Amino acid sequence: MLIELEKRKEPSKAMLYLTPVIAVVATMLAGAIIFSLIGHDGFGAVRKIFLAPLLDTYKWQDLGVKAAPLILIGVGLAIGFRANVWNIGAEGQYIMGGLAGTGVALATWGMTGWWILPLMCIAGIVGGAAYAGIPAFLKTRLNVNEILSSLMLTYVAIQVLYYLMRGPWKDPDGFNFPQTRLFTDDQILPTVIPSTVVHLGVPLAFVVAIAAWFVLSRSVFGFQIRVVGAAPAAARYGGFNTNKTIWAALLAGGGLAGFAGILEAAGPFGQMVPQFPTGYGFTAIIVAFLGRLHPIGIVLAGIILAVTYVGGELAQSSIGLPAAATGVFQAMMLFFLLATDVLVKYRIRFASAAKAGDAA
Amino acid sequence: MTESLLIPIIMTIVGAATPILLAALGELVVEKSGVLNLGLEGMMLIGAVTGFAVTATTGYAPLGVVAAMIAAAASAGLFGFLTLTLTANQVATGLALTIFGIGLSALAGENYVGQTVDVFGSVFPAALAEHPVLRVIFGYSPLVYVSLLLVAAVSWFLRKSRAGLILRAVGESDLSAHSIGYSVIGVRYMAVLFGGAMAGIAGCFYSLVLTPMWAEQLTAGRGWIALALVVFAGWRPMRLLLGAYLFGAVMTLELHAKAAGFSLVAPEFLAAMPYLATIAVLAIISARKTGKSLAPACLGKPFKPSS
Amino acid sequence: MKTFTRRTMLKTTAAAGALPIIGSSALAADPLKVAFVYLGPIGDHGWTYAHEQGRQDVIKKFGDKVATTIVENVAEGPDSERVIRRLAEDGNQLIFTTSFGYMNPTLKVAKRFKDVKFEHATGYQRAPNMSTYNARFYEGRAVCGTIAGHMSKTGVAGYIASFPIPEVVMGINAFTLAARKVNPDFKTKVLWVSSWYDPAKEADAAKALIDQGSDVIAQHTDSPAALQTCEQRGPMAFGQAWDMSNFAPKAHLTAIVNRWGPYYEARIQQLLDAKWESGDTWWGLKEGVLEMSPYNEAIPADVQAAAEATRTGIIDGSVNPFTGPIKDNTGKERLASGALGDGDLHKMDWYVEGVQS
Repeated sequence: MLIELEKRKEPSKAMLYLTPVIAVVATMLAGAIIFSLIGHDGFGAVRKIFLAPLLDTYKWQDLGVKAAPLILIGVGLAIGFRANVWNIGAEGQYIMGGLAGTGVALATWGMTGWWILPLMCIAGIVGGAAYAGIPAFLKTRLNVNEILSSLMLTYVAIQVLYYLMRGPWKDPDGFNFPQTRLFTDDQILPTVIPSTVVHLGVPLAFVVAIAAWFVLSRSVFGFQIRVVGAAPAAARYGGFNTNKTIWAALLAGGGLAGFAGILEAAGPFGQMVPQFPTGYGFTAIIVAFLGRLHPIGIVLAGIILAVTYVGGELAQSSIGLPAAATGVFQAMMLFFLLATDVLVKYRIRFASAAKAGDAA
Repeated sequence: MTESLLIPIIMTIVGAATPILLAALGELVVEKSGVLNLGLEGMMLIGAVTGFAVTATTGYAPLGVVAAMIAAAASAGLFGFLTLTLTANQVATGLALTIFGIGLSALAGENYVGQTVDVFGSVFPAALAEHPVLRVIFGYSPLVYVSLLLVAAVSWFLRKSRAGLILRAVGESDLSAHSIGYSVIGVRYMAVLFGGAMAGIAGCFYSLVLTPMWAEQLTAGRGWIALALVVFAGWRPMRLLLGAYLFGAVMTLELHAKAAGFSLVAPEFLAAMPYLATIAVLAIISARKTGKSLAPACLGKPFKPSS
Repeated sequence: MKTFTRRTMLKTTAAAGALPIIGSSALAADPLKVAFVYLGPIGDHGWTYAHEQGRQDVIKKFGDKVATTIVENVAEGPDSERVIRRLAEDGNQLIFTTSFGYMNPTLKVAKRFKDVKFEHATGYQRAPNMSTYNARFYEGRAVCGTIAGHMSKTGVAGYIASFPIPEVVMGINAFTLAARKVNPDFKTKVLWVSSWYDPAKEADAAKALIDQGSDVIAQHTDSPAALQTCEQRGPMAFGQAWDMSNFAPKAHLTAIVNRWGPYYEARIQQLLDAKWESGDTWWGLKEGVLEMSPYNEAIPADVQAAAEATRTGIIDGSVNPFTGPIKDNTGKERLASGALGDGDLHKMDWYVEGVQS
């Protein structure tokens, strides 16, 4: 083996903050070189994907809207991941939250009142949390691996969505197209910055992230989460209930994913459609890791991911880079990030004959 | 009746089941070693595009299959490097591999869209392969027979061979395996590469056998079904075989029922069924706590020798 | 290709001397900026590919009088709204959004960018600066139905369909009506696969239909998988969106080819001439937005002649695929005489006699 890992006594703080930057820079360099080699404008692509959306203040609204659901879901997942609870079914919880809120919207269709929107949001949170309750129940009662159960439930949620769109919830005036009615004015999130697309969900995502930061770093619950994650045996010894933590972690993750779901449905979508799931739940897993499972880190990570989406579209329309290239860029960034992650806890030594190369 | 309906139905079932079986068999070995690679779909796509491109260029399908295995195994190697050598989180790395595979296969396949190759059909003489009845045995692509042989081989390997015993030990208790001197990382690397190669063949089955062409996201999410199937089968190769054919049968018979004018249940319910069944199986085997059929104890956890 | 962000555009306009309006006449030397938003990758060899060919026609015809931009793989929903809005911000003057799911996003953006023209394919929402357009694909399906009626020995066609929206329903009905004109006992078995694109499933659906007695397969899904299956198994089939004969040289009888070029060219010309108006355009074989790909040599001359008669009849107006009397598949009479109007077609949710769905 060429590479040897030597455990640091303390996780390196410097590396904790430095590695995401290294990953992004490495992606930009490697991407520019690789895409130039295969005949695209590599440097142009990097500029468009990573820099253009940030340099143009007018595009910040798009970044906010795209990042908001990623941040909300990512924060919820991070709570679980810190406790070693591997909920990877946020996509399903996001869908179920969206559907629960949509159910309220359809039931109150034609009514007016300030209470409708909050009710939809509550339904969304409850819907997402309830759906995450299934893996929690299976895990705590039957010891079913939550990675597998929550992943499977995502695909079930997608089919529930398809069923409702094709049948019961189809817009009666919609020419048989599988989608619901448009939500009414009282069912749609207000815009918070006039003449932009920034809806109420965007500031809410930031508020939730900050609140989560305080809860995780200051409260007993946060401490419990960390202890259960780091040392389950010690947690039991200290009188913490592991099962309760599992429930709390999954319900928090599911609730926030469901919240993100209804905010998307009542915000940018303004209705429920079969194309509602766009992979936010999965991307948010990546966001959670990119943000080092820290709420503020997750906010930054959500914005970085949003930059690559928006920038990818820019690169397409301006220099004709195929959409698939954006996916490759995102994957490369993740690979680099995950690769450099090791530097936080370990020192890397290159063994004897090894001619040093990249860490990745 | 039987000749005209039963035999083609069986052949369709086999066709639908085989690629899922191949991919799931690879993943089963990976998971038995304690590693969870969620990048199945991405590796299958890399295999599908490589197999098609090489076959279209050389005109020789077996070469395409070998190239697909190598390419998909290489992508699995990248996964291995990140998760095993650098102890990165397996879930996140697997998802990244899926995104990578979707993007890379689309880029690499750009010039092959709209082309076609000869279907990688039976190798038996036409008298057998196209015989109205015997074709149910001889009428398949060689990859179908390969998949069956591999099920038997993997089953034997895991249960009877010494290497299989070590692999299982590594998946059940990496620290003990390490302490008696086995290379946990080495074993897991082999398993991950094997899983990649199998996903490569599975991808080829789409681009060379079922629908001999390349188009973006050709596998249309079958990798996730394969992932479910491993769990459904309780990590046992023979049950995997049953599960894959059961899945193929349900999907095929649903189409036949609809073509005959029956629609018994909502199609969405049928589409959700593999996953619901998997959850049910998970719950049942976990509740029974038979020990043997439970998930490998180290599944998804990185190996960090604490010394 | 020079990029044109909002900021550089503002600079340009400032430099141009505070022109009141950026119109084609004001900056005559600048090309007209036209953008296309695609649902799939260009490499789908189906729906999006066909739109891309239309754009290529535009480039060929107008040369540097237009500058075109595309964004592919745009998910329906908020992502599409962002893309469309950005294209409008970037100074595109005409934006084609080519999938049904872009309807509400296009409308939202159109309301904010009153000076930009929008064209949405296959939808029903319009605005003063937002048109809709579609092609009468059912006309091509009537030609296919004529061929199927003649060629099918079992008198049973299999029809692989995506979702029961009016567009798909009217295609099934036009196909069946045309086939039953030739063979009054003709039946169409519809198999819904609940997907526009899933090659393996489309192939398996074709197999199921063949096994249950269909000897000709039509499809309203995007991949050539069903054709490949037919090539292996023997039945005849029709291509979708594009000439797919290279996938099935024997089985491929003809295909309905989507040609958006004529429409795109016409609308761009109108905008260049300052004559663009909002409206709903539903062109067909006559205007050339769909064509039949070359008939397979295996089709006998008399059948080819019958197909041509249907095609030319539709073009000159003597043939209407939806001419009464029409009964639905529950036996109820839907139309005694005359022909169904566009309004009826746009909300069609019933099947003609002979359809099993």
